[in-house]
Amino acid sequence: MGIDVGGTNTDAVLLDRGEVLAWAKEPTTPDVSTGILRVVRDVLAQARIAPDEIRAVMLGTTHFTNAVVQRQELARIAVLRLGLPATASIPPLEDWPDDLRDAVAGFVALLPGGHQFDGREISPLDHSALNQICERIIELGISSAAVTAVFSPATSAHEDAVADLLASRVPGLRITRSREIGRLGLLERENAAALNACLVPLAERTIRAFQDALAELGLTAPLYLSQNDGTLMTADFATRYPVLTFASGPTNSMRGAAVLSGLRDAIVLDVGGTTTDSGALVNGFPREASFAVTIGGVRTNFRMPDVVSIGLGGGSLVAPDGRSVGPRSVGFRLMQEARIFGGNTLTASDIAVAAGRARFGDPTCVADLSPVLVQRALTIIDQRLAELVDSLKTSAGPVPVIVVGGGSVLVPGQLEGASEVIRPPYAAVANAIGAAIAQVSGEVDRIVSLEGQTRESALAAARADACRAAITAGADPATVSVVEVEEVPIAYLPSNAVRIRIKAVGDLRGG
Amino acid sequence: MWELDEEKLEAITIGAGILGTGGGGNPYYGKLSVRRLLREGRRVTIVSPEDVPDDALVVSVGGMGAPTIGIERIHRGDEPLAALRALEAHLSRRATHLVAGEIGGANALRPMAVAALADLPVVDGDGMGRAFPELQMDTFAIYGVPATPAALADIFHNLVVFPWLQDAVTLERYARAVTVQMGGAAGFAFPAMSGADLRRTVIPYTVTLALRLGEAVLRARREHHDPIAAALAVTGGCVLFRGKVIDVERRLAAGFARGVVRLEGLAEDRGSKLRIDFQNENLIARRDGEVLAVVPDLICLVDQETAEPVTTEVVRYGLRVVVLGIPAPTLLRTPEALAVVGPQAFGYRDVVYRPLPGLYGGDRIAAERRADALRKPR
Repeated sequence: MGIDVGGTNTDAVLLDRGEVLAWAKEPTTPDVSTGILRVVRDVLAQARIAPDEIRAVMLGTTHFTNAVVQRQELARIAVLRLGLPATASIPPLEDWPDDLRDAVAGFVALLPGGHQFDGREISPLDHSALNQICERIIELGISSAAVTAVFSPATSAHEDAVADLLASRVPGLRITRSREIGRLGLLERENAAALNACLVPLAERTIRAFQDALAELGLTAPLYLSQNDGTLMTADFATRYPVLTFASGPTNSMRGAAVLSGLRDAIVLDVGGTTTDSGALVNGFPREASFAVTIGGVRTNFRMPDVVSIGLGGGSLVAPDGRSVGPRSVGFRLMQEARIFGGNTLTASDIAVAAGRARFGDPTCVADLSPVLVQRALTIIDQRLAELVDSLKTSAGPVPVIVVGGGSVLVPGQLEGASEVIRPPYAAVANAIGAAIAQVSGEVDRIVSLEGQTRESALAAARADACRAAITAGADPATVSVVEVEEVPIAYLPSNAVRIRIKAVGDLRGG
Repeated sequence: MWELDEEKLEAITIGAGILGTGGGGNPYYGKLSVRRLLREGRRVTIVSPEDVPDDALVVSVGGMGAPTIGIERIHRGDEPLAALRALEAHLSRRATHLVAGEIGGANALRPMAVAALADLPVVDGDGMGRAFPELQMDTFAIYGVPATPAALADIFHNLVVFPWLQDAVTLERYARAVTVQMGGAAGFAFPAMSGADLRRTVIPYTVTLALRLGEAVLRARREHHDPIAAALAVTGGCVLFRGKVIDVERRLAAGFARGVVRLEGLAEDRGSKLRIDFQNENLIARRDGEVLAVVPDLICLVDQETAEPVTTEVVRYGLRVVVLGIPAPTLLRTPEALAVVGPQAFGYRDVVYRPLPGLYGGDRIAAERRADALRKPR
């Protein structure tokens, strides 16, 4: 069962070996769990399936992203960085928005420790300082901490030692280790770790509520949450690393589009009410953005899908003469305000119905529109969609375009630059399907010197470690394969240093 | 003379990023450390090259090493200050002014952090007017300022002083080897020069150029104008190409990230292809085989919507960019400079340097200042 909890709707689908048995859509409720209960009951009833026949539940949620953006329910945290005498020029949380720092920064310390790129220790840990810090954290009543050491993705000894010390000395303290979350890039990784630490207590409550809701329905299957790279983590891991759920929404809808269409390389248009989000599928996964990503005003280096959005959707306002479409939209008031639903506002959906692209609402309400106006607006819609597709392509040839989302009726049957326009069945719940079919991943990111070893042996070792990480995360060893290899030579290090980043994925074990 | 504030710092960071021509390291980290010093009440003043007296002792300070190290093992912050103190001890003289070696990228801001800590003014100018991969490629070395004495310091304030090396190429080799031992990044202080030598060799007003460039881009973003047009109005130069990245090829050559970026045209360039060769920084842009722009002219990739610079480290397929061609500073276009920073110096024997039309923004500011000075009654 795949569940997607979005800002507006909660969707659920029930899949049996890739085939959709049932799906449902309900408004998201403020407590989240009630909405989940409703959709799950609905799909179970539709499919006439007993709850104990469900093998696994995969859930995608924007709940934790929203908590950061809205500064709600965040815990006060301790942030420890190991790196002195390096890194003193920029202390932890330096570039955070003041309101967020004030809300969460309970205790911040910069301490000796960390490693050089080649594994040499920068400085030994200061155990007496660490012991004092443990007492201070207890005094302050802080319940969650983030630990970040310089070069911990490559050499984690200090980060692990301090995390272990905190765990043994401060009862009940939740600890986020930066290397579990981020890549090289100290500030961005530390920021992600600190955001995660703020969210852990909330994640414990929320994920427990999810589990209780499912248990209430008699669902005993394990719960997984989707991550921003389109893969899954166990509920237990998600409770400790909720930050990894950020941006899983667009990723899930693109992964769902891939599975529904059977295509691994294509462009996906997710047409909503206000915007169209578009991304490229490469080898079945969304292509990642290469820029630093800012969440709630905090710079991070997450694995985020490269999504381009334009202000065009089913609810986009159309000028009375048809010469402009969007970016303003009636949004979720489409069912009240659009002409086809008896309203007074001319929207892109009205144009689609008037032109015969779609049949919904009351077509007689748009029968009076002049064909010239309709044609003008259609030309604008088609042109903007064609430009969007073109901007995402990586080669000149036409590529298949997969259309999903509630506003997909806007998209014409033929689109410039598209080899074909595919509208898979169940496109309205592509995101929940994407959650349901997600795989499990493992990643390594390290700098290696090619002195004393060949490039091939260094790559092979990194590949093996990535596969091992995927298996540890719950992947079936027989299905694990490497899906991404990135090698970036490092300038100014004459020892032929290369940064290697490898991602392996596999199917969920026993799923 | 003018004083740095947070708003100006923000703008200089953007300008320095664009002038990095694809390399130079990310100035974001330097910005945060300088901003912190300003918030602590420290001050940074920028002085015109004209106002530096003949007998001043001007020292170029900054950081050298791998940008990939710099994003993980963030600076302690005072490494270049430790190097400066070592150089001063060697010379038995105190520095009176600081100057940036390289306005493009991270080293635009490092001297400002040192200036804030040491309470010394920073000269409005630098040795490159952009970014280059090697030390001998600055105008101080090109126009005869001795490379040594030179000093390096690491995060522990371990010091290495080179009393004498025969030239900047030799210093580049020795300093690079020391930097690796220092964990891949170090603070430097060199060369030291008199005020008279500075005025003869410095590329003038490049701090003001970075400031105006960043201000223009920020204003355009705020007012929803085209930030690319705004940038070009400050730097001079033109749009070479609009397109999207379709291939990036990288390889290591003698410690440098060399490679090729290929773009496919969008908008008015649809149907054309652009190839950019880089060695840390962008070197040559060829459209369908025809050379459009060559080093030392500046070839800058920027995001088509925001004019945010796209460096050779992060460039990857699918990015939609605009390629800017900006005329090089006049001091980089002389025969003696082209021997060091022209296409032949980067191994392109058959490529001829044909200067892009127009005047470099820093030179234009210098000309304005001279005209103003002439108009003022004495």
